[in-house]
Amino acid sequence: MDIKIVHLTKVFADKDQAEVRAVDDLDIVIPSGKLIGLLGPSGCGKSTTLYMIAGLLSPTDGQIYFGDDDVTKLSPEKRGIGLVFQNYALYPHMTVKQNILFPLQNLKVPKVEALERAQKVADLVDIGSLMDRKPRQLSGGQQQRVAIARALVKEPDVLLLDEPLSNLDARLRLQTREEIKRIQRETGITTVFVTHDQEEAMSISDEIVVMKLGVVQQQGKPQDVYNNPVNKFVAKFLGTPPINMFNAEIVDGKVMIGEEAIAEVPFENQEVEVGIRPEGFEVVDGADSGAFSFVVEQIEFIGRDKSIVARHPNCQTASFRFIIDADIQGVEVGKTIRANVKPNKRYIFHKVTEKNMELSSPEELEVVEQVEELGE
Amino acid sequence: MEVKRNQLSAWLYLLPTIILMAIFTVYPLIRSFFMAFAENYNYMTDTWSSIGINNFRIILGEGSEFLQYLKTTCLIVIISVPISVVLSLLIAVGLNSIKKLTKLYQTIFFMPYVTNSIAIGMVFSVMFAGDKSIVNYVLELLGIGGQNWLGGVSTYGNHASYVSQMTVLLIYIVWHSLPFKILVLLSGLQGIDKQYYQAAQIDSASKFTVLTKITVPLLSPQIAFLTTTSFIGAFKEYSSVIGLFGAKEGATGGHYDMRTIVGYIYASLTDLNVGEACAGAVVLFVIIMVFTLLKNFISRKQIHY
Ligand SMILES: Nc1ncnc2c1ncn2[C@@H]1O[C@H](COP(=O)(O)OP(=O)(O)OP(=O)(O)O)[C@@H](O)[C@H]1O
Ligand SMILES: [Mg+2]
Repeated sequence: MDIKIVHLTKVFADKDQAEVRAVDDLDIVIPSGKLIGLLGPSGCGKSTTLYMIAGLLSPTDGQIYFGDDDVTKLSPEKRGIGLVFQNYALYPHMTVKQNILFPLQNLKVPKVEALERAQKVADLVDIGSLMDRKPRQLSGGQQQRVAIARALVKEPDVLLLDEPLSNLDARLRLQTREEIKRIQRETGITTVFVTHDQEEAMSISDEIVVMKLGVVQQQGKPQDVYNNPVNKFVAKFLGTPPINMFNAEIVDGKVMIGEEAIAEVPFENQEVEVGIRPEGFEVVDGADSGAFSFVVEQIEFIGRDKSIVARHPNCQTASFRFIIDADIQGVEVGKTIRANVKPNKRYIFHKVTEKNMELSSPEELEVVEQVEELGE
Repeated sequence: MEVKRNQLSAWLYLLPTIILMAIFTVYPLIRSFFMAFAENYNYMTDTWSSIGINNFRIILGEGSEFLQYLKTTCLIVIISVPISVVLSLLIAVGLNSIKKLTKLYQTIFFMPYVTNSIAIGMVFSVMFAGDKSIVNYVLELLGIGGQNWLGGVSTYGNHASYVSQMTVLLIYIVWHSLPFKILVLLSGLQGIDKQYYQAAQIDSASKFTVLTKITVPLLSPQIAFLTTTSFIGAFKEYSSVIGLFGAKEGATGGHYDMRTIVGYIYASLTDLNVGEACAGAVVLFVIIMVFTLLKNFISRKQIHY
């Protein structure tokens, strides 16, 4: 069952009537049986969106469709969803078994069947042997799996997860996100997964939706979004280490960072910003052939790779970081070296609209520019 | 060395309280316990003939009114405690779900707490006493028919039955004890994470299920606290009787229909039956202790976290 979200808007009005547009004109389609990562910085409206899908918050505007049914006005219990809260919200006074049975009891499922289903789903998430414990007697990861079991046991059409891994330590987080992926694949439930951790979203999602200030920036397969970010925000948000940003200029079809041309593009002369992924620098052994030069400040070995911290006057941050193969010789601290920039790892962003110029039609860049001028 | 000095100053700070407690609490406690077993105690000369259980024999023996007072007290406890706890729970849950004017309602419900209990008693006796009392008026309107609640000459007869008197007393006690309980439960409710309710909503729980399966268990520490304290309070009920009936301690002079154990202790002291008063106090002490231990034993299984 697809979930279609159309023009979804949520405006919170607080006491002194100041309005917060937590979600603004959101349009996304969540394909059936897929795991979608809803990704964005803190406060961008991810939870609000999730709660509107769940029915715990009513939208100010817009519609939500489950398949062909408009569920916008439907109360949560009628939507057939499972929700895992950020802090799990397991009932502390009930055992694991009672927690998992609770939704079934409310749905008046016969006792024998309910027990069977509870045990089955508990085994699925690997907590079958913990059924008689209270939540406080469980580790964070186990609690989270109980929460997932409770959400799954009524066999919902949609599973919603609100930052389910944020309370776990790094190792457990890795382990549980694999588990979520496995459970989702085994059950085939359409799943929406909220997180502000881009790595997490990229690693388990079939598709990611990147949000900023209540507005969707881009939706697509993680690799596609990473490789083809539509704007500076998306480019900067995805990837560790983060993308390196440089001030640049287009002169006669050449992208100039300082005096050096790193690429050729079919655009008119103008100031632009260039983003280069950390893996986008091609350092040749000997290190004196290459378009782009900079001063090496620090070298860190990270196993197979070397992480280089370097300085460049046009870089928007004091230093930037990139990764090269550990075998490459000739890179030394304090030395100026040269590198080529891989064409598919660098993006040219419009100075005003911050859009990825190579992915935008000329109109997109122009129109906004005019609006901008009118505004002045 | 340092630790010792700290301990010394700690004891010094506590000294005034310890002295006062020793004089006015600990000593009387021990003394009255002893006096309960002192036979033929003479208050004026501070002498007694022997040590024994004669005082208990008198108050628990045949012809003693004490058992009647004990019965009245136990009735008050058994009826008023559950009713007031359940009622305050329902009101607190109701108040908590009101979005507007919450503060105003909370103030209204808290008013009985700050009002003098004698004054409330007088208002109650006006509400219940006589033919023209508002309660009887309303009951007549409803077709149930009035009653002689608090004695005196009336068209419903000139005698107020034990049950009628007890009814008024219980209403008074419950009403008077509600605000504190509501306050405690409200603060408990406000401490419950809203996400449990959202989770319950997702889990399709009905309102009743939410109340019984979520709210009450999560409030169980507060409920246990209130039950214990109001058990103890109800066993010591006295001022409500005075507030409602005055020194008669009942509807009819000389019968002391509504006299409680504490009432008996006061009366015995006034009559200088110190030994019997102390024996009564010891009996009350034992009862309360047994109840508290029993309650602790039960609640160890009932309080969930
Ligand atoms: N009940 C509310 N009243 C007013 N403003 C709210 C309310 N709930 C959320 N907001 C605002 O809406 C915006 C989006 O909030 P939301 O909780 O959806 O963010 P989020 O993306 O989930 O962030 P995080 O990653 O920190 O959880 C925030 O600016 C927040 O301050
Ligand atoms: Mg959130």
